Amino acid sequence: MAFDSKDTAAFKDVWVFCEQRDGEIMSISHQLLSEGRKLADDLGANLCGVLLGCGIPEDAAKQLGGYGADIVYNIDHEKLKVYTTDAYTKAICDIVEEKKPEIVLFGATNIGRDLAPRCAARLHTGLTADCTHLDVDVEKYKAFLKTTSTIDVDNTEFMPGTNLKMTRPAFGGHLMATIICPRFRPQMSTVRPGVMQTQEFDDAKAAACKIENFPVEITDADIHVTVEAVEKTAKKLVDLIGADIIVSVGRGISKDPEKGIAIAQELADTLGGVVGSSRACVDAGFISQDHQVGQTGKTVHPKIYIALGISGAIQHKAGMQDSECIIAVNKNEDAPIFEVASYGIVGDLFSVGPMLTESIKEILAGK
Amino acid sequence: MKAIVCVKQVPDTSGVVAVKADGTMDRAAMATITNHDDLAAVEAALELKDKTGCEVIVVSMGPPPAEGMLRELIAMGADRGVLISAREFGGSDTYATSQIIAAAVNKIGVDKEDVVFCGRQAIDGDTAQVGPQIAEKLGLPQVTYAADIDKDGDKLTIKRLLEDGHMMLSVETPCLVTTVKELNNPRYMNVGLIQECFDKPLDIFDYEALKDEPLIDPDTIGLEGSPTNVYKSFSPPAKGACQMLEGSDRGTVDELTGILADKHLI
Ligand SMILES: Cc1cc2nc3c(=O)[nH]c(=O)nc-3n(C[C@H](O)[C@H](O)[C@H](O)COP(=O)(O)OP(=O)(O)OC[C@H]3O[C@@H](n4cnc5c(N)ncnc54)[C@H](O)[C@@H]3O)c2cc1C
Repeated sequence: MAFDSKDTAAFKDVWVFCEQRDGEIMSISHQLLSEGRKLADDLGANLCGVLLGCGIPEDAAKQLGGYGADIVYNIDHEKLKVYTTDAYTKAICDIVEEKKPEIVLFGATNIGRDLAPRCAARLHTGLTADCTHLDVDVEKYKAFLKTTSTIDVDNTEFMPGTNLKMTRPAFGGHLMATIICPRFRPQMSTVRPGVMQTQEFDDAKAAACKIENFPVEITDADIHVTVEAVEKTAKKLVDLIGADIIVSVGRGISKDPEKGIAIAQELADTLGGVVGSSRACVDAGFISQDHQVGQTGKTVHPKIYIALGISGAIQHKAGMQDSECIIAVNKNEDAPIFEVASYGIVGDLFSVGPMLTESIKEILAGK
Repeated sequence: MKAIVCVKQVPDTSGVVAVKADGTMDRAAMATITNHDDLAAVEAALELKDKTGCEVIVVSMGPPPAEGMLRELIAMGADRGVLISAREFGGSDTYATSQIIAAAVNKIGVDKEDVVFCGRQAIDGDTAQVGPQIAEKLGLPQVTYAADIDKDGDKLTIKRLLEDGHMMLSVETPCLVTTVKELNNPRYMNVGLIQECFDKPLDIFDYEALKDEPLIDPDTIGLEGSPTNVYKSFSPPAKGACQMLEGSDRGTVDELTGILADKHLI
């Protein structure tokens, strides 16, 4: 039967596109499987990992089971060894058309963001980018809103049904939007690395995971872009996601960005942490993109997050509000960053920053 | 040979972000700019023009005032503009938007030597979806995140950014390339061209103009035709649990670090 994305009843199961580079499965895949597991349980459906590559050992595929997958569809083809839009889109669309998943999740990496829209356009379905929360169950969604919104949940009507409710920050302002794709399947979304938490690895589930090989036909005629080389940057990128302490700078440093960053770096060094940033500083070219915290940067959960001269836009908060202790230094006492902070100082980061370093050095010296 | 560049006018978030009472952005109260990644796409097309003398066409979907942006891009060196604007197109999500823009590009015509450029993503939605979706609708190969482009005849060699490095790719025209703002430094408007920009052709593609295009189907455009819809929108509660410390001198800082030490955070 021909594939029809409007025949919503024909679709079942939750899928995760498990991205690998050089045969190594990326941690975003584990995060998505952990999240997908919850959705699959709520739907009473299977969670399936979809692994594209060439010569990936079965053992590596089975590991995906340890993060929640019941089944891994292994698509092995020499033309899938290195990512190309054409080969990957063909393989994904072929298997989606054959098996009809209800939900497909992709990591919002530079590859996922190239592949997912192309697949959604070919399959004729919707795609929601950079989701920060996913639900299928209306009650669970309502519980989520109770803690994260000002909506009077008990006196609000909610359209029933298990449509995937994909929440992301809306542009500007202070608004979150939950998006659905009610008329087409599969429901597709991308999620940024670090947004979802990885569940503990389950050996028994890994052993029980079924591997199913799915054959695809891909020929040279299908591929229009040739990969001449893949090069890794030698530059070491900052590890925000693994850091216990992050000192972030915002546009508040603009009158002397170099000094502002040096102040943050010294404070971070004193505490054994790293330097993060708002997007405004990345856009202004003060600091490189790997330092960016937020919806389109990294989502972090450090023990201490110090925000120097950051206003606290919703997209920034989306990436740091779950930190254990948030300290905000801002000249403006009405800055929204204070709404999520544990401690606030209204003051100039150029004077408060160095004093913090001094004071902490004294405490550490006295220990 | 042509370079067709898709551009979007977006609110300028580096200035004052005006917010309405319901938390949505008050676009009318904000200045607009050409999306940065799209300006890089325009510059890439103009560099091709410098080298090959190709025609550069700038295309934008948006409300009528976007014509002003297209005139500015013509003053930078583009040869003509196309503004896609109709009530029927309003409320489109990325799927429907790419369907409409693809129809317009198809109407302009994509020949063997041509390149379609888009910015990687627009700052107001940040989805990066429209470029690849236009490519799919037009059946063109795509290269996204282009940080360097070299054209030799009908072959393009492109450096595509990855998080941990890059790929070198080659592709034959016609194709679609999405650019990141690091690609280049967009030129300024040219004084002579500013005077001429109002004499250059600027076509308006409304619903009438596009309705016979095979890609335009009332069921797949506009708010009604968009696969995705808003289920709920909401604003986060003010947490309000912040302990504001008095002052901003050394005493205040010591008070804070004292608390952190007491809590064994440092
Ligand atoms: C789709 C989308 C995605 C986005 N993703 C992200 C993201 O991932 N991460 C992100 O951060 N942003 C993101 N943004 C941008 C976000 O909306 C804000 O524009 C940005 O976070 C603002 O950065 P900022 O707080 O540094 O700058 P501003 O908002 O300009 O704030 C600067 C702050 O510094 C204070 N200040 C100034 N001088 C001093 C001083 N001397 N001492 C102390 N304080 C001072 C000011 O009072 C002000 O509060 C996104 C936007 C969109 C539309």
